Parts: sequence; C-alpha cells; structure tokens
Amino acid sequence: MATILEKSGFNPDRKLKIVGTSPVKHDGPDKVTGRAKFGADLMLPGMLVGKVLRSPHPHAVLKSIDTSKAEALPGVRAVITREDFPDLPQGSPAGDLTRNCMAREKVLYDGHPVAAVAATSESIAKQALKLIDVTYEILPHVIDPVEAMRPDAPILHSKLRTKGVKGAENKQTNVVERLDLAIGDVEKGFAEADFVVEREFDSRPMHQSYIEPQGCVASCSDDGQIDLWCCTQGTHVFRDRLADILKMESAKIRVTQSEMGGGFGGKTGFYAEPLAVVLSRKTRRPVKIVLTRNEVFRSTGPVSGTRSRIKMGATKDGSITAAEAELIFQTGAFTGSMFFNAPQAMFTRYALKNIRTVSYEVVSNRPKVNAFRAPCVPQVVFGVEGIVDELARKIGMDPIDFRLKNAMKQGDTTVYGQTFGPIGFVETLQAAKACDHYKSPVPKGQGRGIAAGFWFNRGGDTTASLTVTPDGSVTIMLGTSDVAGSRVSISMMAAEELGIPLDKVRASLADTSVMGNNRVTAGSRTTFSSGIVVIDSARKVIKELCRRAAMIWSVPEDGIVFEDGYCRPASSNVGVFEPLSIAQIAAKTSASHGAIAGHSEMNVTGEGPGFGLHIVDVEVDRQTGRVDVKRYTVVEDAGKAIHPLQVEGQYQGGAVQGVGWALNEEYVYGEDGRLQNPGFLDYRVPVASDVPMIDTVIVEVPNPNHPYGLRGVGEVPVVPTLGAIGNAIGNAIGIRPQSLPMSPPKLLELIEQAEMNGGGRG
Amino acid sequence: MAKKSHVTITVNGDEYEVLCEPGQTLVDVLRNELQLTGTKEGCSTGDCGACSIRLDGDLVCSCLVLAVEADGKSVETIEGMADGEVLHPLQRKFLELNGLQCGICTPGILIAAKALLERNPDPTETEVRFWLAGNLCRCTGYDKVIRSVLAAAEEMRRG
Repeated sequence: MATILEKSGFNPDRKLKIVGTSPVKHDGPDKVTGRAKFGADLMLPGMLVGKVLRSPHPHAVLKSIDTSKAEALPGVRAVITREDFPDLPQGSPAGDLTRNCMAREKVLYDGHPVAAVAATSESIAKQALKLIDVTYEILPHVIDPVEAMRPDAPILHSKLRTKGVKGAENKQTNVVERLDLAIGDVEKGFAEADFVVEREFDSRPMHQSYIEPQGCVASCSDDGQIDLWCCTQGTHVFRDRLADILKMESAKIRVTQSEMGGGFGGKTGFYAEPLAVVLSRKTRRPVKIVLTRNEVFRSTGPVSGTRSRIKMGATKDGSITAAEAELIFQTGAFTGSMFFNAPQAMFTRYALKNIRTVSYEVVSNRPKVNAFRAPCVPQVVFGVEGIVDELARKIGMDPIDFRLKNAMKQGDTTVYGQTFGPIGFVETLQAAKACDHYKSPVPKGQGRGIAAGFWFNRGGDTTASLTVTPDGSVTIMLGTSDVAGSRVSISMMAAEELGIPLDKVRASLADTSVMGNNRVTAGSRTTFSSGIVVIDSARKVIKELCRRAAMIWSVPEDGIVFEDGYCRPASSNVGVFEPLSIAQIAAKTSASHGAIAGHSEMNVTGEGPGFGLHIVDVEVDRQTGRVDVKRYTVVEDAGKAIHPLQVEGQYQGGAVQGVGWALNEEYVYGEDGRLQNPGFLDYRVPVASDVPMIDTVIVEVPNPNHPYGLRGVGEVPVVPTLGAIGNAIGNAIGIRPQSLPMSPPKLLELIEQAEMNGGGRG
Repeated sequence: MAKKSHVTITVNGDEYEVLCEPGQTLVDVLRNELQLTGTKEGCSTGDCGACSIRLDGDLVCSCLVLAVEADGKSVETIEGMADGEVLHPLQRKFLELNGLQCGICTPGILIAAKALLERNPDPTETEVRFWLAGNLCRCTGYDKVIRSVLAAAEEMRRG
C-alpha cells in the first residue's frame, strides 16, 4: 500500500492558510487558569500516599531490610522491598531497570531506592520510612569515570564485561562498551594538514531540571488490571517496560499521560512509578507517589559527564582534512547514556573524509543518566567547535566562512553512512552571516563566539486516529506525548489538509489502551512523526468523504474531488451538484455507512536532519570570573515552521538551558560519594535576570519527506550552546576554556594564566 | 500523631475550614486538602516559585508558609485570577504570545507578575526579569514570558 511516506505530497508552491501561523495553543487556556492536570494533580477516592526510602551510601551490599516496625505503625498499609519484585537477570535490560527502581543485591548510588511505603497520610509515610531497618555493608565507591576505568577501581557489577573488546570475557570491569567508528584514513588526513589542533575537554553531569518532579497515581484492581496515571514522554514504553519488570502482560496495564511539566528527555524512563504500582497491588488502593526535588536530583536524570580528547587538522586554504576523538561517557550506575550519538553527530555538519573515534561508556556510583535534548552531543560539540574556531584563527579565516567552506551539503555521506537529501546547513550559515547580530561590531569589553550543531532528528513507531463528528468538527487521538504544545501544531496540519478552521479540530492524548505503540516523544520526532500519521489519517478521511459524496449523488467515486473542505464534482460531466461540506456529509453518515474516521500506524522515516548556528556575546568580570550573556542569536533550519512562535520557543529554551550548562550547572559530590547540591539553591539553573532576550532566525529549507516540509526542532537548539559560549569567553579573556561548567573559579584561573602569558592570544 | 489545628482560610473569596497537621505547608493544604491543584509544587524549599500565591496581598512561596500561619488570612491563587469567563490580561497575553510551553511554572509566574504590575504598572524589561528571578522556567528561556508581561502591562495601562 502506498503510504504518505512514499509520496509525501510535498509541494513548495502550495498556498497554506493555517500552517505557518501562530494560533493560541489548545492546551494553553487550561494552563493559564490552573485547570491543567499534571502528574501530581490526580486525586482518587481512598488514595494512599507513597514514599521511598533511599540509600545514603554510594556503594554497599544490602545485607538485610527489616520492615516489621514500619508495618506495625498505624496508618501504614504496605511496605515493599526487593522481595516484591521478580528477580530478573543482572545485566539484562529488564534486570537493570528493576534494580534501578529498587535496589536488589547492592545499592549503587546515593539516593538508590531500598524500600517504599504506602500510608494514609504523608506524615505517617515519612515516619514509617524512619522505622525501616536497613543493614548495609559499605563498599569502596568510585564517582569519576576515568577513575572507574582503572584496573583497581571498585567494581559495580560483578558480571559486567566490556562489549566491543576482544579478550574481555573474563575480566571484571566498569567499562560497559567500547565503540569504534571511523571512515577514511586519519593518518593520511593529518599528514595533509598545515595546522593540527589537539585538545582535551571535560564536562560534568547536569540535570534536565524540569520544574515538575515526577508524580504518578497507580491503581490496581482485584483482577490485576493496573491503571497508571503519570507524567511521561512515552506511555507505551512505560507500559511495556512495566510489563517486563513485573512479568505480566502489557494488555493488563493502562498508562494514561497527564500534562507534563517539562521532561527534556528526563521523563523517557520511569523511577518511582513501578513502586506505586506494586504498592497499589499490595493494598488494592490507589497510591500516589510524588518525588521531592531532592529525590529528583539524587535519583533521576542527569546528563552524562564526559572526558574527551579531540584532534582536527586543516590546510592553509581552509579545508578540514581529518578529525579524531577519544571519548569517555559516564552513564551512572547502569548503562543507558546513548553515548553512541556522540561519535555519529560530533563532526557531522562538516564534510570530512577521514574520521576516527573511540568511545567508552563507563559505570560509576552515580544515578543512572537519562536522555537530555540531543543526548551526549552538546558536551562533545563543546570541544569540536572550540577546535574549529582555533583552526579558523590559525588559518586567518572568518569562523563562519571556515564552516561554510567545510559545510555538508545534499549528497554528502556521514560517518555513520547516511547520504543526506536536501539539508539546510549552508543556508543556516549564510543566514547567520547576514543577520544583524553577526554584522554588528563586538561591543568593547565583550567577546563574541559562534558554534554550529547538528542533530539527526527522529521518526519511529507512531499512531493516530482522526474522527469526523456528526457536526463536521474533528477529533484527533494521538499516541505520542505533548511536551510543549505539539497538539496544536498537529491539529493545524489536520485543519490544513481538511480545509476547515483550526477551531473545528481538537487533539487529545490517548492512553495506551486506545492506540497502537508509539516510541517515546524524544529526539525531535513528535510534531514530525505524529504530523505524518495525522495527515495520513486525514487523507484517508478525505477519500472516505469522497466515497460518501459519490453515494449521495449516485455518481462514480472517481467523479469527486475534495477542495478546501468540500466534495465537488470533478467536472461538469459528473453532473451539477452543490458542493458538500464535511459537516453536510457527516450529518448523513447514519444513512450511508456509519461514522467517518481515519487512522494510521507507521514506523515513520524520512526525518530531515537539523542544523543550527548560535552567536553569543559575553562580558567576563575579570575580578569575579562571572560571565554575563549580553546578546544571543539562534539561527536554525526548521524545514517549515508549522507554528513559528513555538519554534522560536524551542530555540530560545534550548539556548538558555545551554547557558546554565555552560556556566553553572554541575553535580557536586563529596568525598563520601554523596551529592552535595540536590536542590535549586545550590544547583543553579538560569533565572530570568541571568539572560537577555534570545533572538531567533528561522531558516526554512524544506524536508521533502514531509507534506509541509518540516524538520524536528527540539534538539538542535541545545547542541551549539556550550561551544558558542566557550568560544565567546575565549575571545573575551584570551584563553578558550576546556572544562564545563565555565564557572567563576575556573575562569579566574584562566584569566590569571592569560595575564601571565601577556594577555592570552591577544 | 501531633494534634491537628483548626484553620480558617479565605481562598479566592471563598472561606474554607480545614484541620491541619502542625507541619503541613500551605501549598499542601491548598492542593491536597482543598484540591486546588492549580498551585504547583516544584521544590518545597522556596527556590523555584512554582507555588507562588498571594497571602493577604503579599507574594509568597506557599511551600514556605505553614497552613496554620495562614489562619484567618486571605489567599489568592491562580484559580481566582480570571474574572469568571474573562481572562486577566496577563493570562491572555501569555496565550497570545506563547509565554508558556509545558505550563508547570505558569500559575506561579502569572501570580508573581500580577503582584508586580499592581506595584509597578510600567516596569522595564530589567525590572520584570529581576521580579521574576524567583520563578524558574526551564522551557522558554524566559524571552516570551518577559514579552508577555510587558505586553500585558502596556494593555493594562491603556485600560
């Protein structure tokens, strides 16, 4: 069957009425009035409060857990521990998942859950946690990934063996995997270079820091049916992973998504949700668990910290000849960093023939990392873009011109083997060069930096259905999550297809019992993928509308055309009929063949890669080392901005998340292996007074695989931030920082170093 | 179990009587006893501003106020911001200019911004930024939040 994917119907000359405007988003009114229901907002009759007991130790054997005193406390309805979960094989995906939610043989990080309680009130639940007696046998711990790679390092998982290394079968290790990715001949490439730059970089874990802590309500019925209401980036993934770790059938679990108060990748996996489910199963009452901010920091997220050594070479005339990288990613206590993104994406945007990368993923006694916009990419692009700038300076080229000279274009093949279709990197660089910010002189006392970034964008399993109501208005069911307003963008595409006003379309988020499987909302896939299945559904509906019109008029089906919301005779040969609106046809469905609906299930492909360039001006206080971001411009290819205000919002939000990561945000551990800054006072995300307005330039180089040409825009806006700010600081103080975050103590050291060198590079 | 206290609070003009544990915060009572879940709890330590409300007119983090301290006082939350079906200009501008993405920080920001505009009807961008520095937003990068507040202020000045 020909699908929309084989024939997207993309027409660059199509006149659009709704796509490309910025109407009020449909989830907006409930969110400005307090009506919107987020993860912590559901109340059910008879609901109990769940609380989690967490390990204070970074690494210990769980010798015994005595829950008897807690169970005896009046108001306590259940206490659960590892004994309440199936024992799944260590090192298997489900085995890791269950052990991260509830420690089994050992605790592996400060904050690792060891027990949970359900009680009639929060204060009783908290009191009960204090009555649980846990005996730990404390083990030596390791926090730093490089230390964790040493042969004498404390071992987290006795059965772990390094993937991708020959002869590793008998050796205990903390290295999960070694990944080699290469093309061409780097030795030859470096030999051709006139300039070679090699530098080392590092970054610390930062937290996604969604303002809504994870919250859920689980309710288990007497026949074992489980209902879970939660904030999630993927209901189906939550359902199926729950089924894996509880060893039950997916059909017996229904996951319903609440509104989600930010995720950024951090809500692609679950934490306390299985504990609420098991507590509800034991008590047969609804159980709510809402994490505290302390728990969010200690046990969810964060982002992978990295060490990297990166080397690049270029000729005098500005061609990059080779690039090489050795990368170490810390993944926390369990694998799952998605570190493989980094070697694939770090150099992709430059047409390089010779690349060699070696990447390692390493476990240590920290919370398991989770996805964050463009997982594992921004922190290594921080290094790449610093070196690219340094090469441009050595050659004497404008940094945008240098990037333009090496820019990937349609037909170029990436290190991971994809040959690009139409892409907009050149157009993005040209737009950046032409924008007011880049053309304006750098204000005195400030430094300007630029950096470029790339993200694959994603597709994947996606489902939707679209139903025409009897009055001709349209409802849409989406299987994906809405993280920032995709419901309206997707509704706009449906309204455009059907030729009806946006006000006649409403999209809802389905629970898992309604729709077929969907991948998590992540990787900049949802407006693209759900847009495609909704457009496909709408086109099926149009086909059916034409069939019904043909029945009403008693003419052949191919005698009907659909235009601007009406079925019309294709020509006067068909006959003379007044055009029928969707509403007119919908009013007569009982007399024809019943309701009109279209649904679509696809593994969506054809995502258009995204590219961006950031320009930032900073001022560095030479006495304190504080960085003030004075001006910031994001230039990025959106393919087609369906809802420009929302696209701008993605660019601006990404940039400011990058400002925090670049300047402040990091996990700080004590010698005791405990997280020292698990709160927003000591873990400081940017506040309104820290940043300027963020200017945006939306470049539109259409992705022909999508009927309206769109590319995802969620990830790219974060990718260049760290590099751009690093380059700006480097230009301001004379030495380009190589360690994230670029916090005042580190910058004061660099400023001093630059002064000793006679003002840095001058 | 500590003895509970009888507390009378007026919320958005309606009087409520509640029995509170001594340690129960105002945000807990608003959300879990009165089921007014429009006020959000993001950190419980007064750092994120998601639970911003007015207590006898003062802008406070309701996670830092004990419910018993609110006895006899008047509370204004997001649920009371619109005048019936008519949205407050701030609410309308946040919608029109897309001053919200996920929306979790929005109730707190709206309450805080309203308090600002009552005190200073013509704030500069910098004044808005510093006033809202206690309200964290992780999605928007603040740009459209600030623009929405400035646009609402302008409209309200015009009357």
